[in-house]
Amino acid sequence: MFKCSMESLNSVFAKISANAELYIPADNCDGKAVYTKWAEGVELSNQLNTVKSPKDFFFPQVEDMMAFKVEGKNIELIDIRKAQEDFVVFGVRACDVKAFEVLDNVFLVDPVDSYYAERREHGIIISVACGRPSETCFCQTFGIDAANPGGDITVWYADGNAYWQSNTEKGEKLLASLGLESCDSAAVDAEKAKIANIMKKLPLAELKADAFGGGKTMELFNRPEWKALSESCLGCGTCTFVCPTCQCYDVKEFNTGKGVVRFRCWDSCMYSDFTKCAHGNPRLSQVERFRQRFMHKLVYYPENNNGLFGCVGCGRCLAKCPISMNIVKVMKTLGGNA
Amino acid sequence: MQVKEYKPLIVAFCCNWCSYAGADLAGNNRLNYPAEVKIIRVPCSCRVNPMFVLRAFQRGADGVILCGCHPGDCHYTSGNYYTRRRMAMLFSMLDYLGIERERTRVEWVSAAEGAKFAATMNDFAEKVAALGENKRLEDLRCKK
Amino acid sequence: MQKITRDVLVEKAVSLLENGTVANVLGWRKGEFDYDITPAVFTDKADIEANFVWNDFCGANFSKYLVQKTRKLEGKILVFLKPCDTYSFNQLLTEHRFDREKVYAVGVSCEGMVDIDKIKAIAGDGISKIVCGEMIEVSTVYSDEVIKIDAKDVLEGRCESCKSKKHVAYDELLGEEGDVIDSNRFDEVAKLEAMTPDERFAFWQEQLSKCIRCNACRDICPACTCENCVFNNPNSGVENKAAANSFEEKMFHIIRAFHVAGRCTDCGECSRVCPQNIPLHLLNRKFIKDMDSFYGEYQAGAEVGSRAPLVNYTTEDVEPCDVFEGGNE
Repeated sequence: MFKCSMESLNSVFAKISANAELYIPADNCDGKAVYTKWAEGVELSNQLNTVKSPKDFFFPQVEDMMAFKVEGKNIELIDIRKAQEDFVVFGVRACDVKAFEVLDNVFLVDPVDSYYAERREHGIIISVACGRPSETCFCQTFGIDAANPGGDITVWYADGNAYWQSNTEKGEKLLASLGLESCDSAAVDAEKAKIANIMKKLPLAELKADAFGGGKTMELFNRPEWKALSESCLGCGTCTFVCPTCQCYDVKEFNTGKGVVRFRCWDSCMYSDFTKCAHGNPRLSQVERFRQRFMHKLVYYPENNNGLFGCVGCGRCLAKCPISMNIVKVMKTLGGNA
Repeated sequence: MQVKEYKPLIVAFCCNWCSYAGADLAGNNRLNYPAEVKIIRVPCSCRVNPMFVLRAFQRGADGVILCGCHPGDCHYTSGNYYTRRRMAMLFSMLDYLGIERERTRVEWVSAAEGAKFAATMNDFAEKVAALGENKRLEDLRCKK
Repeated sequence: MQKITRDVLVEKAVSLLENGTVANVLGWRKGEFDYDITPAVFTDKADIEANFVWNDFCGANFSKYLVQKTRKLEGKILVFLKPCDTYSFNQLLTEHRFDREKVYAVGVSCEGMVDIDKIKAIAGDGISKIVCGEMIEVSTVYSDEVIKIDAKDVLEGRCESCKSKKHVAYDELLGEEGDVIDSNRFDEVAKLEAMTPDERFAFWQEQLSKCIRCNACRDICPACTCENCVFNNPNSGVENKAAANSFEEKMFHIIRAFHVAGRCTDCGECSRVCPQNIPLHLLNRKFIKDMDSFYGEYQAGAEVGSRAPLVNYTTEDVEPCDVFEGGNE
């Protein structure tokens, strides 16, 4: 384990960014945390988490995949991918680190998504333990430990220092290059105990996911409660776009007037044109679209991924839903525990 | 070194009954106006939806001008009165977003005003050329 | 902070439900915490008594729900409307978007709603309890101390520049009727107008680049009631699920603001729900301000059946090339 003082964090950032692009959560013009490319003067945010999750780094909202040029009867296919450079993301919370695992299960299984895989290969994740979790946090429901967030390197803030520990080979190499002072783990152990204690006090500490998981489809699909739960859903995409695990996308083409660009962009199961095919959207009303989102996270995904839930409890949808309907209310209504 | 002279691309929406005929007259009278003015004929100036203006910019226009019958002379009685309000609103909004005022214009050109049509286009093209390329409402995908 | 209490609303809802005047009650349902309130339809007395909420977090404007609910639900609907909501209500009636006969509107006086983000900025994360009042009492899991915040300091942005405490539509009113307020709501617009074009461009570029195209502004907007939005329609040529670049961000917001110009009542829901805190109301207010100055003062929704400036004209209107001289001084 290594340490540096909080004051010297900026010089550590400078060292990291000498070799790779570094992104840290920094406050924007509204005082909200967003991942920002580090440069001298960019200050680390004090907030718990970013408004938008870090999934953008690996699965951006819009991504050009290829282009076509049409001349006469010939169609030329143009590879417009740029070579991926190494990059480092600092300040990722435990929930968001776990979310990368959820995405990996989708994009890195056969057939591997080469766009995603390339970024994953070149990205190093430095996670940070959560000293002050919010009332909207419920990562523990899904067995995630906010005190041990994982990633390539984990950082804990305690008594005015940042403590660094590598978890992977990639992380070890980066950490070794930073020349930090080595230390014992006493302060980190105390911080972990403190975090564990706070987690118990959170309002959603008792939320359980026992009623959900693979094999529960028939039991939950036709529950009458879906109607009331979804009745005021606007059908906007806020929950899906702030979500660190939502992975649905649409592939579309844009006619530039001189050729065609094929791109993909995030899609939302809340939209009326989601998975629309020749006969229309298979989910006719908002009840079905709403149900799809939660069934996917809580039942279908775990069924296909050895019980791993498709929600990581980051709480972004709790904070951002325009009508405050969210996965916690769904779980409490359908799961029967309070 | 030879620098290619910059010529702005202008999209001109012209109403079928007055301004398009005015453009015709300009042509018949051998009046010069820039070849980069691309005319799009519309049934009435009020057919022009604000989206048309924005999409013209997206597709590479450096300036957009609407031409219609003089107020009071609309073939459909009142179409251009609506145009006048809509475009006043739209142009003011574009200005509010920091987009150059000189890139958009509305001009009333009758079928008899071939000379006015040519003069308007020359003047507009000159003003837009002075601004240079449209950078604030561009879509880079369309420029490649 | 609200002068009228929850009990008065609950009593009204229950009595109208029990005497058969209405079959459904559109109201605010209690959430997980003390601030996350969800719009809901109540049909049952016990449910209302247990879960109906009326406090400083009841910002949601129910008017738009009436478009769907009057079609789907059996029987009359009781809807609670704050003063600003009544303008949206009238505007939707003007556009014939729902059947007035199916609605029983109860006006509720409002002292302004508070913004949970502003509370969190003062009290921090980890809120365990909030008690509403003139002084809002906030408890967190991090301290035994109760933090007291003056409700006036954490008002929602739109309530700071409230335009009216007067209800322009109702069947029955709870609480006191207020007046139209000579508000300062155009100050921010004027401030932007006073900037140079480069500064304005930089301002909007920064603001709009935050947009994630979640469509929350459109979907909550009581003026956005198209059955199929042009931005969802693959045949429109402008459909986009995500803004691919800054052009598409601007296009979406300009066109959306334009489409509601003259119909936007300035209820402020767009800015309230934006997950990225984009001040979208500044686009709508620019249109309102311009229309007021070019075509005479007009408040959408102030009365049913009024003709909005953009579906009207005079032969003496300002020319588009003169708007910069005439309107923005």
